[in-house]
Amino acid sequence: MIYWQVFMAFFIPGIIGYGGAPAYIPLVEYEVVHRYGWMTAGEFGELLAFANTLPGPLITKMSGVIGYEIAGAAGALVGLASSIIPSMVLMIILLGIIYRLKDNPRVKRITSFVRPVVAAMLALMVYNYFINSFIDTGLYHTAGIALASFILLEKFKVQPPLIIITALLYGALFIR
Amino acid sequence: MRAYYRVYLDLLWIFLKVGVLGFGGGPAYIPLIQREVVTNYRWMTDGEFSSVLAFANTLPGPISIKMAGFVGWKEGGCPGLVMALLFLISPSSLAMLLLFSTFSAYKDIPWVQGMGRGVIPVVAVMLGILVKGFLKNSTVDMGLLRTTGIFVLVIPVFLFSLVHPAIVIVLFILAALLLPVQSRRGKEPST
Repeated sequence: MIYWQVFMAFFIPGIIGYGGAPAYIPLVEYEVVHRYGWMTAGEFGELLAFANTLPGPLITKMSGVIGYEIAGAAGALVGLASSIIPSMVLMIILLGIIYRLKDNPRVKRITSFVRPVVAAMLALMVYNYFINSFIDTGLYHTAGIALASFILLEKFKVQPPLIIITALLYGALFIR
Repeated sequence: MRAYYRVYLDLLWIFLKVGVLGFGGGPAYIPLIQREVVTNYRWMTDGEFSSVLAFANTLPGPISIKMAGFVGWKEGGCPGLVMALLFLISPSSLAMLLLFSTFSAYKDIPWVQGMGRGVIPVVAVMLGILVKGFLKNSTVDMGLLRTTGIFVLVIPVFLFSLVHPAIVIVLFILAALLLPVQSRRGKEPST
């Protein structure tokens, strides 16, 4: 049942995604690329790049499109709903019952505990992207684009959408 | 009767603006939502807003969606919640759908393929910067030793797909909830 799979692919990251959108990215990548094999790692990376050129919440930009690619318009709705509902339901229900939760030291440290795990997942994605890019595009393009975007992001604090659009143009002109 | 539907129009307008102007994730939205809800509409005081934000941070999932849903629910019940989320999400989701479908449709053309390839190293660098930030914050929270320990221990688990990542994360959530709360130098959580 494809809709059930789309639902699960976003529901699981939704209930364990501590640390916002960055934590959500590798969890969704695992479901979409490694578990269900709906996309290649490269296609997921392209999706991530496009999502970063637009405003609005990252998670629903990704879940809507992935749902659509897999199962059409209904799939898009299932993807959107499953990425919103878990945290929304928890928020509304728990806020009434255990508001004091926010001062509990154990609850407060969940994000800290999960953070290094998410960092490890993200690090593996970085590794895979560089390997793939090296194979598909070659060393010089890969190293050049990576170095330039690192310097622009970190040193000059250029906005990511600008860098992504520049890389798209560079790719269109120089990479075959 | 006027006030009855007025609140839905307000919610529509607020979250449409937040969805279209919010570039760059959570840190970008919070001030936008706060200005509308606290300063412009006076639905909450500054203190209430901070408390709700702190509570939202203890739950999983995207912060912008949790805050928008809560504000909608508080001001307009279930329809308010739907209204806030609908207008926060739809503009960007539709734009994304249009953009990516167009790109996918022309992927056989070499220069379109080149676009896709050109952007991968940028994504890798952006994620790499996230890793750097996560490790830095983690070091502040739990010390260098434990951060590196966890990081190095879990990499093979994911690299060789030993278990579903959710299982690893649930273990760490349980560790956070169950291990005794100690002063700064505590026990290593179990992996």
